Amino acid sequence: MYYAIVFLPLLGAVIAALIALVGARARHPGGPPDVGAKNHAQGPVEENHPRAAPSPDSAHAALDASHSEPQPLQPPAAGSRSAELVTTVFLFASLLLSWLAFVDVGFGHHDSRVALFPWIVAGDLKVDWALRIDTLTAVMLVVVTTISAFVHLYSIGYMEEDPYRPRFFSYLSLFTFAMLMLVTADNLVQLFFGWEGVGLMSYLLIGFWYHKPEANAAAIKAFIVNRVGDFGFSLGIFAVFMMTGAVDLDTVFAQAPALTGKSIHFLSWNVDALTLICLLLFMGAMGKSAQFLLHTWLPDAMEGPTPVSALIHAATMVTAGVFMVARLSPLFDLAPHAQSFVIFIGGTTAFFAATIGVVQNDIKRIVAYSTCSQLGYMFVAMGTGAYSIGMFHLFTHAFFKALLFLCCGSVITAMHHEQDIRHMGGLKDKLPVTYWTMVIGALALTGFPLTAGYFSKDAIMEAAYVSTNPMGLYGFGTTAIAAALTAIYIWRLIFMTFHGSPRDRRHYDEARESPITMLIPLGFLAAGSIFAGYPFRDLFAGHAVSEFFGDSLKFAASNHILDEMHHIPLVVALAPTLLMALGFAITWEFYIRRPELPAELARQQQPLYKFLLNKWYFDEIYDFLFVRPTLWLARVLWKYGDGWTIDGLGPDGISARVLDVTRGVVRLQTGYLYHYAFAMLIGVAALITWFMFGGRVS
Amino acid sequence: MTIGLGHYLTVAAILFTIGIFGIFLNRKNVIIILMSIELILLAGNINLVAFSAFLGDLVGQVYALLVLTVAAAETAIGLSILVAYYRNRGSIAVEDVNLMKG
Repeated sequence: MYYAIVFLPLLGAVIAALIALVGARARHPGGPPDVGAKNHAQGPVEENHPRAAPSPDSAHAALDASHSEPQPLQPPAAGSRSAELVTTVFLFASLLLSWLAFVDVGFGHHDSRVALFPWIVAGDLKVDWALRIDTLTAVMLVVVTTISAFVHLYSIGYMEEDPYRPRFFSYLSLFTFAMLMLVTADNLVQLFFGWEGVGLMSYLLIGFWYHKPEANAAAIKAFIVNRVGDFGFSLGIFAVFMMTGAVDLDTVFAQAPALTGKSIHFLSWNVDALTLICLLLFMGAMGKSAQFLLHTWLPDAMEGPTPVSALIHAATMVTAGVFMVARLSPLFDLAPHAQSFVIFIGGTTAFFAATIGVVQNDIKRIVAYSTCSQLGYMFVAMGTGAYSIGMFHLFTHAFFKALLFLCCGSVITAMHHEQDIRHMGGLKDKLPVTYWTMVIGALALTGFPLTAGYFSKDAIMEAAYVSTNPMGLYGFGTTAIAAALTAIYIWRLIFMTFHGSPRDRRHYDEARESPITMLIPLGFLAAGSIFAGYPFRDLFAGHAVSEFFGDSLKFAASNHILDEMHHIPLVVALAPTLLMALGFAITWEFYIRRPELPAELARQQQPLYKFLLNKWYFDEIYDFLFVRPTLWLARVLWKYGDGWTIDGLGPDGISARVLDVTRGVVRLQTGYLYHYAFAMLIGVAALITWFMFGGRVS
Repeated sequence: MTIGLGHYLTVAAILFTIGIFGIFLNRKNVIIILMSIELILLAGNINLVAFSAFLGDLVGQVYALLVLTVAAAETAIGLSILVAYYRNRGSIAVEDVNLMKG
C-alpha cells in the first residue's frame, strides 16, 4: 500500500512526461525549435484547432486586440486530456490509500518501515532507500495527497487554455512524488533528496511560463535563496554524521541524549554540538519555509500558475521546513537555545509578513505573505516544543490556504488574468461560489470560532504564552499582533475584490464563474477548512497526543507544554478571537463604511506606508549587499579571470600561435608547378649528396 | 679522336641539365615541361645504352627500351591531361596553373 501511495504519482508523472515529449516531437518534427520557434505557430495544425489558446500571460491582452498586437497562437499538445486524466486518477488513488494509511497508522498504530533497496554504502556511511510510516508521516501523506489531488483536478479547469498541459501535469505529479519521498524519509539523506526534489519542481513550476522574463527571474530567485538554506541544511547533516556516525533517524535519535553538553569545533571556535546542529538544520527549514531573512523568494514565486502556488507555495512544500523540525523533534527538544531562535524567527516572520500583507495590492501576493506569516506561527509552535500543535496548524492551514489560493485562481481567471485588487470590486454576485468559499477560507485563516484555523491558531498562541522558553512571550506578542493583522489583510482582500462597486467595468462585465472542475475542489477544501479542526483537536492539541503520535514525536521529560496550555487566563484564551474581531471591525470601517479612509491614512503615514509597500526594503537591501557584489565579482572573474587569463593562456592562446605558424607554412604552397619541381630536385640532390658524402651505406 | 664513354656521359649530363632547367626556368608552357621530362629520361637512356655498350651487357639496352615505352605512355597521359585541362580552364600557361595554392 505504501509503495502505491508514493510511486503512483511518479508513474503518473512519467506517463505525462512521455506524452509531453511525444507532443513536443510532433510539434517540432525537424528537431529542436530555433530561437524564433516560440512565436511560430504551425499553420496546418492550427487550422484544425480554431480555438487554439493564446499563451496565458497574453490571454488578457489578446482579449482586447486594440491595446496590443495579436499574440502567437499555439495548438494544445496532443494527448493533453489523457495526461490530465492519468495523473489525476493516480493522485486520487493515492489519496484514498493515504487516508486508509492515516487511519491504520494513527488509530491502529501499525507503524512500519518499508525497506526498498540500499543506496549508498561507503565506509561508515550507509544510506538506504526506505519508507518510514508513522503518525507524523501519515499526517503529511494525507495533507500532501489531498491537496495535490484537488489541485490536479482544479488544474484541469484552470490550465484549459494552456498548450503545454502534459508538461504541467507531469511536473505536478513529480512534485507530489518528491514531497512524498520527503515525508516518508527514513534517513537524513533521503530527506535531503526529497527536499531538493521539491525545490527543483518548485523551480520548474514557477518558471512554467518560461517565456515570461519575470517568471524566469522568480524561478531562479527561489532556487538560489533555497540554496542558501540548503547549504546550512547539508552542513547540519554533515554535523549529525560527524557526531553520531549515522544518518538514519533511529540511530541519530537514540544517540541524541548522549550528545548533550558535547561541543563541536566550528569556524574556529567551539560551540554546543546540539545547538549548532539544530541551528544549521533550521537554516534549511528557513529557506524552504520562507522564514524571515530567507523569505524573499516566496512572494516572487507567485509568478507561477495559481494551482502551483496553492500546492507548492502554500500547502505542501513550504511546510516541509515545519515537518522537518517536527521529524527531528528529539534533537530540537534537547537544544533550548536553538528553540529560542526558532521562536524568534517564527514570531518575527508572523508579524513582519502580516504587516506587508496589509498594504499589498496583488491578490496572490497578499495570500503569499499570509502563507509566510502562518508558517511563522507554525515555527513558534515548534520552538515552544508543542510539535503536535505546529503539525495541527500545518494540517488545517493546508486546507484553508490551498482554498484561498484556488479562490484567487478562480477570481484571476474570471478577471482574465487581472491580479490587482484595485481593479476588482463587486464580484460577489458574479462569482457566488468563489465568494462564499473564499469567505470560508478567510474565516478559517483568521481563526473564526469553530473553523479549522480557530483550533490550531489559538493552540499555538496558548502554547507560546505558557512556554518556559525565554522567547515564549515574544512569540506570543508577535503572533497576537499578527492575528489582528491577519484579519485586516484578508478581509481587505475580500472587501476590495468582492464588495463595493466594480472599478473596472469591462472586466466586471466579462467575469464568469469558473468551470465545474474548478468549483469541486473549492467545495471540498471549504469543507476541509471548516471540519479539519474540531474532530482532530484532541489528537493534535489535546490529551490524545501522546497516544496518537506515539514515537513519531518525542517530548523531553521536562516538556509539559501540552498540559500547561489548558491552564491559562481567560483573557489569553480569548485574545485571538478578540483580536480577530478587532481586525475585522477595522477593515469594515475602512473598506466598507468609509472607503476613502485608507488612501488618507496612507497619505498621512507616507514613510510607513512606503516602508511596508516596499516589503521592508528587503529586496533592495539584498540587492545592495549580495546581488550587486556577486554580479561585480562574477563579471571580474568572467572578463579577467576566465576571458583574459585562462582563455588567453589556454585554448585561445594556443590556437592563435598555431594559426601564426600555419599562416607561414601556407605561404610555401604557391601552387606553381615549377616551385614544386624545384623543391623535389633540391631534395633529390640533397639526398644524393648525403648518400655520396654523408655516410657509408652498407 | 675516339669517342669514348666520357663523351656519351657528358652529352647525357648536358641533356639532363637542360631538362632540369627547362622545368623550373620555364614560366610559359606546360608542354615544355613535358618535353623537359622527356629530355631527362633521354639522358638516362643515353647513360644506359652507353654503359651497356661499354660493359658488353645487353640488359642496359633492354632497360632503355623499357624506359622509352614508359616515356611514351607518360607523354600520352600528360598530353591528354593537358587537353582536358585546357578545355576546362581555357589556358595552359604555367602561371595560371596554381589551383594548389594554399
